[in-house]
Amino acid sequence: MDSDDRPLSPHLQIYRFPTTVITSITHRITGALLALGTLGVTYWLIALAAGPQAYAGARAFFGNGFVQFILFLWTYALFYHLCNGIRHLGWVLDYGFELDQARKSAVAVFVAAGILTVVTWLFALSQ
Amino acid sequence: MAKFRLPANSRIQPGRRHSTSVGVKNVKVLKVYRWSPDQGGNPRLDTYEIDRDSCGPMVLDALIKIKNELDSTLTFRRSCREGVCGSCAMNIAGRNTLACTKPIDEIEGEIRVYPLPSLPVIKDLVPDMTHFYAQYASIKPWLQAKTPAPSNRERLQSQEDRAKLDGLYECILCACCTTGCPSWWWNSKRYLGPAALLQSQRWLVDSRDEATGERLDDLEDSFKLYRCHTIMNCTEVCPKGLNPAQAIARIKGRLLARG
Repeated sequence: MDSDDRPLSPHLQIYRFPTTVITSITHRITGALLALGTLGVTYWLIALAAGPQAYAGARAFFGNGFVQFILFLWTYALFYHLCNGIRHLGWVLDYGFELDQARKSAVAVFVAAGILTVVTWLFALSQ
Repeated sequence: MAKFRLPANSRIQPGRRHSTSVGVKNVKVLKVYRWSPDQGGNPRLDTYEIDRDSCGPMVLDALIKIKNELDSTLTFRRSCREGVCGSCAMNIAGRNTLACTKPIDEIEGEIRVYPLPSLPVIKDLVPDMTHFYAQYASIKPWLQAKTPAPSNRERLQSQEDRAKLDGLYECILCACCTTGCPSWWWNSKRYLGPAALLQSQRWLVDSRDEATGERLDDLEDSFKLYRCHTIMNCTEVCPKGLNPAQAIARIKGRLLARG
């Protein structure tokens, strides 16, 4: 029988992923979101260079409630990517590979990113 | 490339129900992937009800009970029934493991059983492992040495050098790690996967092997080795408690140090 007629066994559809795997895919997703976010940074820099009128427009844009919400999520993406990047750095140095350590550091990355995001926004809003 | 959906001929249909005899108090339900080349068509998920009180403790016991009492056509690999042969590796309750060492009572509710992921299915729970074995063979998993062996005895190794093989030589090549690796799902043609790479490391650290340079040259490839993104699912699933993710990271470190 031709092997091309054989079905492919299910993978993504049936797999129940552990936290360590969730951190990996989240790292990739946040990386993509950060690349998109640099468009916002670029817009802000161009507005800054283009003079007071353009900058006032940018300020109004970034002051919008919905945009602020997106920025909040983007801040989380930034801190998540940073924290998990440090986790990856540990692995490069051959540290943190024990399953117990890897599981704990996975949870720690999600929590640390949340704390850093909230602290950053509390600081920003207090200015 | 990543293909998130299964091909049209591989999507799973609802299957048949095989009930246990009336009056059984402790019923355990298994849902098992079925596909036969004789019948063709799409794979289906059959439901089997078994009497837990007259069944052994492991998922393999349940599968054997189904084959003996409910449906003799159910096909699966098994041999040692004690976790040293790797034959009964399959996906149980969403994770790859050995059916012979996975206790039924660890799984709440119905137990879903699929073949190892992302492989061509020969029949039911029996996938085609040809490519997996070919990838293993490609890393030349044998001792390579130009120095002639001593004439009167084997090549000796200090106890410290022998200890470096611990955590590597125990691999039984069940393929739980490789077929549980998302990176391998998307790039299995070119990425060697955790099992073959763990074995690469096993030969790289062997003090008696003299082909370290050639082995590293062969692995220095953006796909063969570097498709590992430290997802860690290999280490999560290994039924022998080994750490392929760490072994791969150490190969990367070796290549980095070599420059």
